[in-house]
Amino acid sequence: MERGAALGADGRMPYNLTVNGKSYAVDVDGDIPLLWVLRDTIGLTGTKFGCGIAMCGACTVHVDGLPVRSCILSVSEAAEKPVTTIEAIGDTPEGRKIQQAWLDIDVVQCGYCQSGQIMSATALLAANAKPSDDDIDAVMAGNICRCGTYPRIRAAIKLAAQG
Amino acid sequence: MAKRTLALTLGIALAVAGLVAAFEPIRGHAETSGGGALKGAADFASIADAKARSKAIFAEASRVLTHPRCINCHPATRSPTQGEDMHPHVPLMIAADSSMGPAGLACSTCHGAENRAIVGSRLKSIPGNAHWQLAPESMAWQGLSVGEICQQVKDTERNGNRSHADLIKHMGEDHLVGWAWHPGEGRSAPPGSQAEFAALIAAWVETGAECPD
Repeated sequence: MERGAALGADGRMPYNLTVNGKSYAVDVDGDIPLLWVLRDTIGLTGTKFGCGIAMCGACTVHVDGLPVRSCILSVSEAAEKPVTTIEAIGDTPEGRKIQQAWLDIDVVQCGYCQSGQIMSATALLAANAKPSDDDIDAVMAGNICRCGTYPRIRAAIKLAAQG
Repeated sequence: MAKRTLALTLGIALAVAGLVAAFEPIRGHAETSGGGALKGAADFASIADAKARSKAIFAEASRVLTHPRCINCHPATRSPTQGEDMHPHVPLMIAADSSMGPAGLACSTCHGAENRAIVGSRLKSIPGNAHWQLAPESMAWQGLSVGEICQQVKDTERNGNRSHADLIKHMGEDHLVGWAWHPGEGRSAPPGSQAEFAALIAAWVETGAECPD
């Protein structure tokens, strides 16, 4: 499924990415957004394109452990830094709790924005183990859900914080 | 005929008044565009009274301080504004204790070390700087008069304990201040240059750092 070339010993490709613990050498222009490298070059399609201008949060991934909008982050900025996507966020303690809470509360409706929601929620929980409603609202304000699952998202984050 | 002329004149007057009223809230407190080039200290040499000259120089420098590129991140609340019309930041952001956004949604989630170009959107670029953050609460400028901003700028209790010399250095050399003149495609820059602005601040200090009434 993952179509990017694994980093070879000769390392000929111009950008070396570390995504979900694996190394990839990608031969792309430096200004291409990380999102498109993840989806089209490496083949990790869990991260979604939403608005393309960092306004909706659907494309959120973690770089160096912090959430970023991959639709505007150039691949050159992400090179040589650890990138985590929705495909591996469940390997982190907070990501595992968040994903389980998402299932327990049945948060998802159409699901398109949910990978970004989960990435932001995980970042919140990693930084703030017991977030208040205000804390949740402040951080999740950057993720839009057109199905309006916000109350369930908030409830799931609070549930995950109990675990 | 006279009636038609009167009606036409009245109509035009009402339309102009309506346009002025409609755009006034958008212009708001910080509108500075269209004010021409930033004047230099020499342009104020004809003001004999040093105190009055100092006030006039600061008023000119305030065209930079109150420009949207600067004052959007000196908000009255702890949430930034954005754009030429200083609308609330989208998404809604809070400064949090760090002035760099809440843990989990830092400014750097979207704002990088440099401006980021956007292709195929009405939004031409996402602004960025390595030190992107809100000004401290004590440096809130939105809603203040130019005189009040001036008092804040020179008050060491509220300006980060900066001396007058520190202020000249900050205005002239700080990288984030300098970003205002390189704001990325789709944004206006304040008048002048960072060097010209710093020279005005220096002239204001040299003339006694007086504040407009």
